[in-house]
Amino acid sequence: MHIQIQPIDYSIILIYVAFVIGIGFALKRYIKTSADFFLSGRSIPAWVAGLAFLSANLGALELVGMAASGAKYGLATCHFYWVGAIPAMVFLAVFMMPFYYGSKARSVPEYLKMRFDERTRCLNSISFAVMTVFASGISMNALAKLLHQLLGWNYDLSLWICSGVVLIYVLKGGLTSAIYTEVLQFFMIVLGFAPVVWLGLKDMGGWVTLKEVLRNVAQDPAKVGLAHDTALASNAMTSAWQPIFSGSSANLMGVDWFAIIFGLGFVLSFGYWCTNFLVIQRAMSAKDMGAARRTPLIAAVPKMLFPILVILPGMIAIGLSYIGKDNYRLPPVAISESAYPAAVETFQKFAAGRMNATATTAALQTIIKPKLSEAKIAALLAADSQQKLDSSAIRNGLQDAVADNDYDGVILSLVKKYCPSGLLGLALTALLASFMSGMAGNVTAFNTVWTYDLYQAYLAKNKNDAHYMWMGRVVTVVGILLSIACAYVASNYSNAMDIVQLVFGFVNAPLFATFLLGMFWARTTSHGAFFGLLGGTLSSALFHGLTLPAGSTAGIKGGWLATLTVFPSEMAQNFWLAACSFSACLTLTLTITLLTKRDKSDNELTGLVYSLTPKVKEHDLHWLARPAVLGTLLLLACLILNIIFW
Amino acid sequence: MGLDIRLPIGYMFTLLGLLLTGQGWLNNNNAYQCSLNINLWWGLVLLVFGLLMLIPAWFAKKKQ
Repeated sequence: MHIQIQPIDYSIILIYVAFVIGIGFALKRYIKTSADFFLSGRSIPAWVAGLAFLSANLGALELVGMAASGAKYGLATCHFYWVGAIPAMVFLAVFMMPFYYGSKARSVPEYLKMRFDERTRCLNSISFAVMTVFASGISMNALAKLLHQLLGWNYDLSLWICSGVVLIYVLKGGLTSAIYTEVLQFFMIVLGFAPVVWLGLKDMGGWVTLKEVLRNVAQDPAKVGLAHDTALASNAMTSAWQPIFSGSSANLMGVDWFAIIFGLGFVLSFGYWCTNFLVIQRAMSAKDMGAARRTPLIAAVPKMLFPILVILPGMIAIGLSYIGKDNYRLPPVAISESAYPAAVETFQKFAAGRMNATATTAALQTIIKPKLSEAKIAALLAADSQQKLDSSAIRNGLQDAVADNDYDGVILSLVKKYCPSGLLGLALTALLASFMSGMAGNVTAFNTVWTYDLYQAYLAKNKNDAHYMWMGRVVTVVGILLSIACAYVASNYSNAMDIVQLVFGFVNAPLFATFLLGMFWARTTSHGAFFGLLGGTLSSALFHGLTLPAGSTAGIKGGWLATLTVFPSEMAQNFWLAACSFSACLTLTLTITLLTKRDKSDNELTGLVYSLTPKVKEHDLHWLARPAVLGTLLLLACLILNIIFW
Repeated sequence: MGLDIRLPIGYMFTLLGLLLTGQGWLNNNNAYQCSLNINLWWGLVLLVFGLLMLIPAWFAKKKQ
């Protein structure tokens, strides 16, 4: 089952680790003040900040999750990039960066304090701090589990070693070393996965053949275990928009065009890219306003092409699995260790009693959660009747008989299939790099928000700079330890994690409305912002409590108050929830603002609100280098991609 | 910041490129289902990328 790792693969991993730690030590001598540690002293060139902007978001979860979605939904997954990310990144660069950077705020919550008041800052910084720790923990758990399943690495060891490496270089070089290593990690991820995708596509027979195969998959999704039993139109996996416009029952995501455009494209993506400090911190560290505004634009170029690297492998895997090339199949869901003894015993009992496959499968199914294939159990029984199987052969046979796919294992299964030693080390390093870049991103954002927005603001005002830098170092260690604790919680109580993620979905969905009104309408009051945000969050909880995705029971999936509407899929529920809570927050903020007295004068809002801030001078820039022009070009390119893959 | 990030990136990929090319050169185990010595070729790609990062960084250093 496990991949054989040779000394050369370990040497590649070690060289990479040596370099990232080396960067931390090389930067140590430049870190003198807290501004150097938390903000890189605002000295980073645009291209470096741009690639770090992208890399911080490209954690292991994104890499593994997008390949999984590529296998589950096909080309429509690209909407997360071409409808979601790119327009939001352009908006951030052209319209919002002047206020984030120009206001000299050190973090996104601090901007909220300047624009509104302490309450909104407090709400936002606490939810952000808790969220980053949990996000980091969930991602760490996912990666350590994957490494354990496919490489046989020890779960605890990989968790602690990876975190240790991140800890060393962040502690030494602060945000600067996080950013610099993120650039190195960006190239590592691209150059490590590109050959795998290329070999996969070559093996498949090229893009045209892959499309041909996926047309067949769409017409028979059940054959490869996709969660859709009925045949779909042949273009359901190979075109981005046609299946979406044909309605939610005609595509694998189960969403309609409004949910994609408004829910995903407008609310969720803008909410993430334009308000999440994790990415915005990278742009804030840029050396000047021009560089800060170019940061998201530079990041948008590779982001637009990323589907080739992260979604295409998923599509290749499902295609290979459909034609059964060289007996390839998507990795099955792993049977839990605790279920094995009872399952093996049951199998032996039924085999000895010469029971038929139907009865055996039914009995095993009560012990093993993921769905079993009756045909495979029948084959296993036949093999056993010819020659008694030992328990490890039965174990392997049972695992092979699992019909449910573990989509998160798609990437590593391709790595395993195509990489000889050498290239294997490179691909594994790329996976570790993506994990470390995501984690370092979370940790640096967390320590800044904690130190500036919570510690300095409420717990220890007016201390000297060295004290805050000391605090930053301490909280870096604490943050990493907390993430590790969350990883263990995630590995033991997946339900608890689902609830946490759900709650943060509630908090995040309305946030963009607050920023939109705050930045572009000088009249918006602090009361309006705070109660609007709170009301928006409550409305998402209410929405969740009243709706349910099809095929689920009331509870964690929704409908815990009553079930008014049933959505065709969880994703549809999620997108509509975002759309609803955004609208609620917008309406509430508007109404409360109009009912309360204005609390900030025009003077106080200069540099924070669009209409009261002098436009950034761009006369010295070549017209092609101006953010608005670059942004328009990017949007045009994005539109062309949408049309090509229509 | 005083560190040119192109240097560590350049050194790392040059090193990895040499390692991979060497591996491909010594044991020609073709990528599965692929009549191509992928280690050799991808090693060369990494090597070229590493040098493309290093050379401009060296020139910039000289100018200073």
